[in-house]
Amino acid sequence: MSQDGVNKARRTLLVGATAGVGAVGAGFLAVPFVKSWMPSEKAKAAGAPAKIDVSKVEPGAMVTAEWRGKPVYVARRTDDMLNTLEGLADRLKDPENANKAQQPEYADNLYRSRKPELIVLLGVCTHLGCAPKYIPEVQPQPFDPNWQGGWFCPCHGSRFDLSGRVYGGSPASDNLIVPAYMFESENVVVVGVDEENA
Amino acid sequence: MSQNTNKIMAWIDDRLPVTQTYEKHMSKYYAPKNFNFWYFFGVLSMLMLVNQILTGIWLTMQFTPSAEAAFASVEYIMRDVEWGWLIRYMHSTGATFFFVAVYLHMMRAILYGSYQKPRELIWIFGMLIYLALMAEAFMGYVLPWGQMSYWGAQVIISLFSVMPYGDLLTEWIRGDFLISGATLNRFFALHVVAVPLVIVALVVMHLLALHEVGSNNPDGVDIKKHKDENGKPLDGIPFHPYYTVHDLVGIVVFLMVFCTVLFFFPEGNGFMLEYANFEPANGLKTPEHIAPVWYFGAFYAILRAVPDKLLGVIAMGAAIAVLFVLPWLDRSPVRSWRYKGIVSRIYIVIFGFNFALLTWLGTQPATELLTLIAQIASVIYFGYFAFLPVAPKFEKTKPVPERVTGGH
Amino acid sequence: MKLGMKKIFALVAAFVPALALAAGSSVPLDEHRTDLHDTASLQRGAQTFANYCMGCHSMEHARYNRVAKDLEIPEELMMENLVFADKKFGDKMTIAMTQEDSKRWFGANPPDLTLVARVRRPDWLYTYLRSFYEDDSRPWGVNNVVFKDVGMPHVLAELQGNQVLGTALVEEGFDTLTGQPIMVEKEHVLYIEEEGTLSADEYDKLVYDLVNFMVYMAEPIAVERERLGWWVLLFLAIFFVPVYFLNKEFWRDIK
Repeated sequence: MSQDGVNKARRTLLVGATAGVGAVGAGFLAVPFVKSWMPSEKAKAAGAPAKIDVSKVEPGAMVTAEWRGKPVYVARRTDDMLNTLEGLADRLKDPENANKAQQPEYADNLYRSRKPELIVLLGVCTHLGCAPKYIPEVQPQPFDPNWQGGWFCPCHGSRFDLSGRVYGGSPASDNLIVPAYMFESENVVVVGVDEENA
Repeated sequence: MSQNTNKIMAWIDDRLPVTQTYEKHMSKYYAPKNFNFWYFFGVLSMLMLVNQILTGIWLTMQFTPSAEAAFASVEYIMRDVEWGWLIRYMHSTGATFFFVAVYLHMMRAILYGSYQKPRELIWIFGMLIYLALMAEAFMGYVLPWGQMSYWGAQVIISLFSVMPYGDLLTEWIRGDFLISGATLNRFFALHVVAVPLVIVALVVMHLLALHEVGSNNPDGVDIKKHKDENGKPLDGIPFHPYYTVHDLVGIVVFLMVFCTVLFFFPEGNGFMLEYANFEPANGLKTPEHIAPVWYFGAFYAILRAVPDKLLGVIAMGAAIAVLFVLPWLDRSPVRSWRYKGIVSRIYIVIFGFNFALLTWLGTQPATELLTLIAQIASVIYFGYFAFLPVAPKFEKTKPVPERVTGGH
Repeated sequence: MKLGMKKIFALVAAFVPALALAAGSSVPLDEHRTDLHDTASLQRGAQTFANYCMGCHSMEHARYNRVAKDLEIPEELMMENLVFADKKFGDKMTIAMTQEDSKRWFGANPPDLTLVARVRRPDWLYTYLRSFYEDDSRPWGVNNVVFKDVGMPHVLAELQGNQVLGTALVEEGFDTLTGQPIMVEKEHVLYIEEEGTLSADEYDKLVYDLVNFMVYMAEPIAVERERLGWWVLLFLAIFFVPVYFLNKEFWRDIK
């Protein structure tokens, strides 16, 4: 049935060529199936950067917005509040922002923000994810007789200062996350995107 | 490396007959060497089955099977899901091409008598696959919950009311007093899980039955009659590699046609994605013209050709049922039409074109003229099955050769 | 400027008289030469839709940002001209009016139009939007030759002018001797009685653009689909070569 003199070389070449082009085709065919798993336009729209108007935020007050399903805290700090930040270093776990993952470069400073008076934080406790409460008043608290203002997490007692830095003795080990953000204008903060990475 | 592969295969073969199965069904399955164009459609049907399953699974990831959200979820797939539009069109175009392949595959059997003894069971399994496929396609079309999804379901399910306990039966099928989300949900479960499993199981049986007996061929000659000293049929060739590479050519050509339709005419001019189905289902507004998708056309035409509802349903049922008993109706001593008498040959050609005509008629509005034509075509259709048992009595067949003709 | 009932111009000659029939399908339709590559046309159509149609008709399956991207409209321009109320760039094109309200105010719910071009088809839409005529028996004072007793007002009336269905002179062929057009009196003819802010040609163009846009909206992927199709077919043609010769090579073995 099959005779000798079969041109093995030609056969190998043709099998190889078919398999090669076929593999390329299979690769192309796989693309739509794989890519269809990426976030859809619906997910992207829901996850789009959030614009926050901060013009109405009173000094000392905080507003909560939402971005990608998470609370975003924007607080307008007074000069007195800012002055508390310097002397706290030995009570904090990470006063110098050693963990670079918790804030972008422009927030890697004492105020952990672009502009000293406005701080933008993700309201997600770095322990197990509860939403810390804003307690800006500098007065003794049941959880801390020497409270200098900041955030207190009711779930397991983690404490954060007015720059979102975590206190020693808290179950949480990291400072609150500062998300990527930028000022679209004097009064509008856009969370989720910044010029550096736009 | 080949030595290691051999060792691994030996280990596996000791525990699972992989090599033996591969040889039995591929490299040592001897198929007649004279397969022609008509013999592509079995493997093309399988290709389409794989396509439907793959794209179907992916659609299930994004589709919402509720009356409230189904329609919008299809548009979500078309617009918001990356490449969703392509997967959707592959599925809808795939359904049409699945039926194209299946109809041509069945025509091959009619041309060459592939349903005759000893292949009756292959034919029965095939007919069961066809039935399951029709149910699958019908339910699939309901899922997008467009006007045609809804009203097509309404019409077809109401046919069941002619049966005994008809009203109870239709209520049971619908799961509600009218076509509703209950119907959609159960059709979704059946379409995605139950019927595909049934189809795959039937295809396996279909192939096992085929390989047990061996393939027929365009001459209807039994190749197992003449074997060489090793017991291999003289006119047989191993399926792999000869028909694997052969079918690959057919597959590429078929894909070119498939992709032309998919990328340039995905609606099929309203025959594949009916225009009315781009409107959400509305139980209070009946479309001007309720038509099934083209592949149901023939039986729908026969249904409508009979003026009485009960008799129409019976006629439609009979049109499908009569196909099941084809192996016992065709009493011809020869298998292939190549060797049948001239009247048989002409009738086979007419049968083919007539079925195509019936298919088209089913998609058109039932005007007086078209209904008359459908009635004539229905008579021609049934006439073929009445003709078959009688033909051998007066027809002279041509002598069938001992060995296959043509070859490659 | 009021045109006399008997004075008819080219605007009617191009427009085949329609016998007002119940079913829209038997009315002869004018051809819409859809061109989805004409981005400028699509932009104009989008503007018309936003200004005249989106008060009542949503396009709830579409998103603004997709339209902006496909029609090459920068985000700021899109937000300024085509996005109203406090919708965001990534939002779906829904409208404020609820179904209950619209039912109450209009009697019928103005349907969502995202897919209407795939249901009705472009020729129908193009003819429909140009076939409104004065009819005092109807609640909005208009009827439509293509869609009898339609529940929709003629939103574009200020642009088209006042169209009437009646008897008028229509151009039909030329007198070969004088070179003058032959005027024939015909019944059931649509003609403009009082001009609007656009000429007949300008109005036709506006509607052409609008329908073009609606065809795009019904299937935004259409252009990309066809572009990809050519590449796929090319690949298959290339793939066919080794496949064909591979088959031929092996079948040399067979007798």
